[in-house]
Amino acid sequence: MSDTVIRMEHVSKKFRKGEVYNSLRDLLPALTGEMFQQQGLNEKDKREFWAVQDLSFEVKAGEAFGIIGHNGAGKSTALKILSRIMKPTIGCMHVQGRLSALIDVSAGFHQDLTGRENVFLQGTILGMSKREIASKLDQIIAFSGLEEFIDTPVKRYSSGMFARLGFSVAAHVDPEVLIVDEVLSVGDFVFQQKCIERMNEVLRGGAAVVFVSHNLKTVVEFCNRCLLLEKGRTVTTGAPHDVISTYLQRSMKEGDVESGLGEVRITSVKTRNEQGECTKFQSGQKAWIDIEVTARARCSKLSLSLYILDENLKDIFDTSTERLGHPCFTLEAGCVFSCTFELQLNMTMGIYYPSTHVVRYDTQTIYHRRAPATTIYVSSRDDGRGPVHCFPKVIRQEIRPASDADFAALAQTARGEQTCKFG
Amino acid sequence: MKEELKELYKYRELLYMIAYRDIKVRYKQSIMGFLWAILMPVLIVFSGIVVRYAYALAANAPLRSEDIASVAVKSLPWAFLVSSIRFSCLSLVNNKELVTKIYFPKEIFPIAAMLASFFDLLVAAGALLIFLLVMQTGWSLLLLWIPVLLTTTILLAAGIGMIVSAASLFFRDVKFIVEVLLTFGIFFTPVFYDVSMLGDKGKWLLLNPISPILEGFGACIARHQSPDLSWFAYSLGFALFALLGGFVFFKHLEPAFAESI
Repeated sequence: MSDTVIRMEHVSKKFRKGEVYNSLRDLLPALTGEMFQQQGLNEKDKREFWAVQDLSFEVKAGEAFGIIGHNGAGKSTALKILSRIMKPTIGCMHVQGRLSALIDVSAGFHQDLTGRENVFLQGTILGMSKREIASKLDQIIAFSGLEEFIDTPVKRYSSGMFARLGFSVAAHVDPEVLIVDEVLSVGDFVFQQKCIERMNEVLRGGAAVVFVSHNLKTVVEFCNRCLLLEKGRTVTTGAPHDVISTYLQRSMKEGDVESGLGEVRITSVKTRNEQGECTKFQSGQKAWIDIEVTARARCSKLSLSLYILDENLKDIFDTSTERLGHPCFTLEAGCVFSCTFELQLNMTMGIYYPSTHVVRYDTQTIYHRRAPATTIYVSSRDDGRGPVHCFPKVIRQEIRPASDADFAALAQTARGEQTCKFG
Repeated sequence: MKEELKELYKYRELLYMIAYRDIKVRYKQSIMGFLWAILMPVLIVFSGIVVRYAYALAANAPLRSEDIASVAVKSLPWAFLVSSIRFSCLSLVNNKELVTKIYFPKEIFPIAAMLASFFDLLVAAGALLIFLLVMQTGWSLLLLWIPVLLTTTILLAAGIGMIVSAASLFFRDVKFIVEVLLTFGIFFTPVFYDVSMLGDKGKWLLLNPISPILEGFGACIARHQSPDLSWFAYSLGFALFALLGGFVFFKHLEPAFAESI
């Protein structure tokens, strides 16, 4: 007997697009119209499309399985089939054990009920028994940090409080299969960390997790295996890092990442380390980026900018040949400008996009931009978070009895708090 | 079918919870609180008394207290049926979030809506009891018919509720049709009058499956007579058929709910 808990076998799901009659008033005339017009079969086929096609995968207990892909690739449909909300058109699916889906953590909330009542309601919807909820009630409320407001109708909650309460309930269901969809993209950093921690706990408990996200960094950190969907079809399955590389390469080709005037073009951007061409680096390691620019017509007073975008395409670092003290250059038609930047990658673990543009220094005209130009993946031994890596170490840690001086300091700060409050 | 019933049983706590939510929300939203449950039956009872008074004037006969009690007794199950169907009809559409996001047997929604309306009926029944005591209607062993008649009404309400809720998910104008039928249904149902008042042609009205049930309530509570057994059997059969048919119909359409809503 294997420990496979999810098995998807050649699952396909067909949808109909175009006109859907959702009132009798529209349907009846349409039906009579159809009788006289006799639509061909071809026309009917055109209105149908496959959201998911021939999807097969297995997930074992204790395994975290990621699904990535563009918007509209069929991820959400796959999850809806997995959580039994939708039935596949073809194929079959087996799930063993209690399934819990963190798809919309506050879907069952009712605006007019209090936080406490909603905990019971949402808990039951997620499959907990009343007794189970009652025994976990204090934990759930404490987890949400909403003790003060728990007897207030949730319509007075902020959206953040709403999500927090919803997640607290969802986090206390003990599932054997957990499905997570984009909940991490709502909520603040602390909330996201809580989600990840909870998912790790569930995993350690021997449950299987299926995780869908746009946040590639989390997928790399969290999943054991990963699947890439494109237009409803499986492109590849395997180790998260490889799958993500494929994903990025494919999206780079499609994406509108270039803009410019056409006189000069950035023809090549490559990254390498001491050993040679490479896209995978260690935090703190040195990287060299070779860039080549080819001119079609004469252009003068040029400078080449290099900047690095994080996974949200936010600029985290930029520099240029001109700012690094190199003179502006002039390119004759048919000439190539070739240069190498050396960088020390003091970033935390994640995915980064080196990007570049050629600019005329005095008029600030951008001749050609490639953003992102290429992709690198930085891994790190220490668990640091944020845009920069400060290479942290704890070099001392101790506990000692408080001295009189400590108590005096404590009293001082306590007074400070009071004056703050009343001052 | 067996599997589906098993699953519904597994989710029974959710059914109670949703019914509890519906009740709580309805009473929280209205300033009058529990009076809400009584308002509609009271209006029906008073309309009925006015109609009955007009009949009595036209027929030049006195208005008997028995007739008033009969109108009052029949109003409550009718009000329950109407509000149950009305709330069931919207139950899936109003819970769109849950229908599209979380898996559980969706017949919970129309059934919970029916249960919430049944709660209103219980509250109103308390008021009716006081009314009947004041009217000195008295009691008899025939009151044992009440649970039987109530159960039949519930089965009928649940069956129709499942059908209209699923239908209104696919076709949004079903709710207007249902609304019109419910509004004018009272004229084709012996609430304000008794079937016997229409003579032989009254039999045709008993084909309306709720009619024999209402007549039965009136007979056993207000007039201390036994309900007409064959017509009751007709209603019971119809209710069971509606329940079974409604369930099969609902379950057949359920897989398409999430993508059609």
